[in-house]
Amino acid sequence: MYVAVKGGERAIENAHRMLAETRRGDPATPELATTQLVEQLTLAVDRVMGEGSLYDRDLAALAIKQSRGDLIEAAFLLRAYRTTLARFGAAEPVDTNAMRVVRRISSTFKDVPGGQVLGPTFDYTHRLLDFSLAAAGTRPEAPVSTTPLAGKLPRIGELLEREGLIEPVVPDAGDAPVGDLTRESIDFPADRDVRLQNLARGDEGFLLALGYSTQRGYGRNHPFCGELRVGRVALEYVPEELGFAIELGDVDLTECQMINQFKGSAEQPPQFTRGYGLVFGHAERKAMAMALVDRALRAQELGETVVAPAQDQEFVLYHSDSVQATGFVEHLKLPHYVDFQSELVLVRGMRVECGQVQAEAAE
Amino acid sequence: MNASSPLQVAPAAGTTEGYNFGYLDEQTKRMIRRALLKAVAIPGYQVPFGSREMPLPYGWGTGGIQVTASVIGPADVLKVIDQGADDTTNAVSIRKFFNRVAGVRTTEKTSAATIIQTRHRVPETPLAENQILVYQVPIPEPLRWLEAREAETRRMHALAEYGAMRVNLYEEVARYGRIAKGYDYPVEVNGRYIMSPSPIPKFDNPKLDNNPALQLFGAGRERRIYAIPPYTKVKSLDFEDYPFTVERWAQACALCGATDSFLDEVIVDDQGARVFVCSDTDYCEDRRKQGFRGAAPDALAATASGAS
Amino acid sequence: MTALTIPTAAGLAEPALASQRVFRQALEAMARPGTVVGTEIVLAPPAPLSRAAGALILTLADFETLVWFDRAAQSAADYVRFHTGAPLAAQTADAAFAIVADSTNLPPLTAFALGTDEYPDRSTSLIVEVESIAGTGPLMLSGPGILGRRPLGVHGLAPDFWHQWRTNHRAFPRGVDVFLTAGARFVALPRTTTVET
Repeated sequence: MYVAVKGGERAIENAHRMLAETRRGDPATPELATTQLVEQLTLAVDRVMGEGSLYDRDLAALAIKQSRGDLIEAAFLLRAYRTTLARFGAAEPVDTNAMRVVRRISSTFKDVPGGQVLGPTFDYTHRLLDFSLAAAGTRPEAPVSTTPLAGKLPRIGELLEREGLIEPVVPDAGDAPVGDLTRESIDFPADRDVRLQNLARGDEGFLLALGYSTQRGYGRNHPFCGELRVGRVALEYVPEELGFAIELGDVDLTECQMINQFKGSAEQPPQFTRGYGLVFGHAERKAMAMALVDRALRAQELGETVVAPAQDQEFVLYHSDSVQATGFVEHLKLPHYVDFQSELVLVRGMRVECGQVQAEAAE
Repeated sequence: MNASSPLQVAPAAGTTEGYNFGYLDEQTKRMIRRALLKAVAIPGYQVPFGSREMPLPYGWGTGGIQVTASVIGPADVLKVIDQGADDTTNAVSIRKFFNRVAGVRTTEKTSAATIIQTRHRVPETPLAENQILVYQVPIPEPLRWLEAREAETRRMHALAEYGAMRVNLYEEVARYGRIAKGYDYPVEVNGRYIMSPSPIPKFDNPKLDNNPALQLFGAGRERRIYAIPPYTKVKSLDFEDYPFTVERWAQACALCGATDSFLDEVIVDDQGARVFVCSDTDYCEDRRKQGFRGAAPDALAATASGAS
Repeated sequence: MTALTIPTAAGLAEPALASQRVFRQALEAMARPGTVVGTEIVLAPPAPLSRAAGALILTLADFETLVWFDRAAQSAADYVRFHTGAPLAAQTADAAFAIVADSTNLPPLTAFALGTDEYPDRSTSLIVEVESIAGTGPLMLSGPGILGRRPLGVHGLAPDFWHQWRTNHRAFPRGVDVFLTAGARFVALPRTTTVET
């Protein structure tokens, strides 16, 4: 019995020590350095930064090490740290047109100004286990391009916009404050800023499944990957006392613009619509899934009937968060024996009554 | 544990360096405090609040912890229970957390506490005016099982449109001959809002009514805070022909002989033999100290020594 | 936004501990309407702000809450803005908190934010300075937080205040909540409280 005994504190302490020992594994194997994770498990680090909602590679790597590679647990560690950090204010919007890309592709045109830039991608690899990686000491090198990339790559959406073929991107008037769901609870219907923030922090698996479901007909919106770009952008901030923007540093981002079909209405000529995804680090699958779900969540705004889970704001926004979801699912491990006892009393009582009724019927 | 101190209160520890008193930053506490004041002013209404991410998982009591952290001060004595017991793992963990981040004194004694944070029980010992009971709440919305949509349940509360809840309860009566809810049994607060008492057994529902203590409810993941002021009418929903009743046991507590407390059923051997003991460990211990004995006062000794 | 003159009067010393103490008193007052509590916090806010009103607003307001000051309280506005970072509310209906130094010229309670049926919590909390408060007197309070009835004596409120209060009470769940302050003492009236005069 794990309750009526005293000494729970000692049991917890011992469990923590066992966890630490298990985490380390066989001491004969060299210990992982967090720099190794930063350099060689970059996509895991990126995912933890994204879902942990904190851009810090070293801390994300530390969290991955501490969590034994459980990426949701790692994101949770980052979140709990993030919440104690002081806030100075909000950065200026990042200019992804000025992104220094390592990868940029469009599936809507054969070629685009600035070119298709494949970059480091799994897309055309044959998924055969590379046994040479099992041995240490590989030093693969990539050839260096002789033609530099264009400084600013126009986004595909802008090219369509000139023809009026796609809905224009209209920035908010003035300096409309941006919502922050980590500071206040969500009101429904939620505005797009809060929805996008929720999706950017959301669980990759959840978004992937929802995005996939729209492709299979649960809220179908005919997506094309207008553009996917991965690269580095400058982060700027305007301190109150200076009144002008200063550069804080760079962040790596993945941005996806989906182009989706929209039939138009009596008032509006047919126009393509957009779905948008923006995620920390290199996270193509997440950015694409986010863009699909963002578009699906715009159903109401675009006059579509909400019929599918991916179009349902409350369903998506309340269940997308890996840290919330894992907490509530896993809390079932906590003792519930008092609730269970009331259910036992109830069910036994009802069974007795039921037996009496049956006995009376038999007489 | 704390039994050596005459007041049965463990001394305060120093607070953890690098963190604010009570862990939360002052701005967060202010936001929660404002929500608490409104919650008290509108009994039973769920106030949305900007719940923060805590170093404990959602579902482990983050709402209750945030409420306690915003209320607690150096003069307080804290008791934490889970399932009525002070020594359940989660209660131990939360008590240790506050001992670390607020350096407050802790106790296992209900009557010695000024703040009691609880999961799933209301202590058997009647509470007093100088006490605050903080409930950990998983799902604050009593109408959630009828209507999943927040926009819709909010409207139902706004209009006090609770017909669907009555119909649902009556369907249970029709089907099972009673309202088939053992815990988280909905209540009506001050004649207006229908409220979830959190997953306490319905045995505890009558204790919510006209309680001298202030009762605060925190739901972290769901971002809601609500309250019942002291001496406020709290009524468990029922029907004239099917009045509200609480659980009863044929047995008395095997350890202390109590017949008025909520009993846990403990399976003691492979044959499924079981004993019934008080869920409220402090209440049971207190009675035994007063000399009360049940039918098998050593029933759990063997199991207890073999555990942990 | 008007420019702010940096005030000379100090804010709460040891803010984390002081504001916890003030909040607990405010919570106690709100949970037990009509209970007169006295703050022992050391604070010397500029006139016409009483010690209790100063302690309450410094404990509860920050950059996320708009605060409205009546004309008589304007001279204390910079002090509150400086120590809390709270922006000024242009209108009573925008205010999370309202500080009323001249209670005989109190705007109608319905001019403040009353919240909505969906969000009754989004309502103004008023801090109203009065001449004196006592735990005895002709007023009889009842409602949640009160065992039976509780007496209260208040001097220096506009004569029609209690009439307005009845209207406020009837609007439940909408309505304002009020702290009455005098010197170091204060008392709270949540919208649930019935007051017989």
